[in-house]
Amino acid sequence: MAEFRLPVNSRITTGKTWPKPAGATNLRQFDIYRWNPDGGKNPCVDTYFVDMDNCGPMILDALIKIKNEIDPTLTFRRSCREGICGSCAMNIDGINTLACIYGMDEVKDGTVVKVYPLPHMPVVKDLIPDLTHFYAQHASIMPWLETKTNRPQKEWKQSIGDRKKLDGLYECVMCACCSTSCPSYWWNSDKYLGPAALLHAYRWIIDSRDEATGERLDELEDPFKLYRCHTIMNCTKTCPKGLNPAKAIAEIKRMQVNRVV
Amino acid sequence: MRYLTARKRAEGKGAAHHGAEHHWSMQVSAVGLALVVPAFIFIIGRALGSSHAEVLATFQSPFVVIIVGLTLFVGLNHARKGAQIMIEDYTQGTTRKGLIIFVTALTYLMMATAIYALAKLAL
Repeated sequence: MAEFRLPVNSRITTGKTWPKPAGATNLRQFDIYRWNPDGGKNPCVDTYFVDMDNCGPMILDALIKIKNEIDPTLTFRRSCREGICGSCAMNIDGINTLACIYGMDEVKDGTVVKVYPLPHMPVVKDLIPDLTHFYAQHASIMPWLETKTNRPQKEWKQSIGDRKKLDGLYECVMCACCSTSCPSYWWNSDKYLGPAALLHAYRWIIDSRDEATGERLDELEDPFKLYRCHTIMNCTKTCPKGLNPAKAIAEIKRMQVNRVV
Repeated sequence: MRYLTARKRAEGKGAAHHGAEHHWSMQVSAVGLALVVPAFIFIIGRALGSSHAEVLATFQSPFVVIIVGLTLFVGLNHARKGAQIMIEDYTQGTTRKGLIIFVTALTYLMMATAIYALAKLAL
């Protein structure tokens, strides 16, 4: 259901402005969303100042520096620091992306960096969204090889051409940037699978080794699971890995039409 | 508060096993409209500002009546299905069902009115 205003207890208030580091000349301002589930208070935006002469080039470097040197209560996920794990997905400067591969120099506003959690998701704490439903939707598309033929003695063979069809799909790291940038997912995430799950669904549908193509297409043929996508392309625009979920969804729709017509 | 697993919430009631025909019919009607709407605009544009007798004369042509009829019929069907998608996007439950019934009834009423008006002009 469309919600055009945040619930009363989710509306953002003004937070604390932390003191500037002493002696620093090259400062950059970070406005960061804060919410503590234990406090009983509304979320707020805290302001931090980071000495850029002693900070790495990526947004995640600054967040780690803030946590280490200014405010240890700032909470966010991070792991690989090279765009492989998808943990540090957040909304930076209005764009869903990975903090570890988003450079300070990419921020449009010259001085202020605005950092929020992924939009329209329940927040666990600060910059950490609750991705339980997102992961369950991914599991529901059966992201594994389904076969009916007896298992071969060695391996399931695949031609080089068929393997190439998986390029641009298997690289998805499930960071949820695409799904949380999609208005259809915002309004109907209870039923709509979203770009990430559908991209993965397509990855298994076109896998030449998979023998459950029909069943997979059957499970996706639904006005909400698949057809809430109206091809506005936010998912493709925001994907930090440069993938094209909108094209994958369009391909699933084309396959569904080919079954009917 | 319900103790449902995340997987059960994600699966919901399962797939409805329809939607492809709706999607295909929207694509077909969109292509059809791309063909007939320019002719419709040309016909109506030329008739604008004409006298009653001139408009009646225009609508004596079978080509004009067929193009206008096709545009209204296909356009209203396309609008009905498009409006249903928008309603499904932004509403839920009884409101959703009520609005879909309202839009369906409204578009069929507009179709019937258009057919009656065309018949009156052409015959």
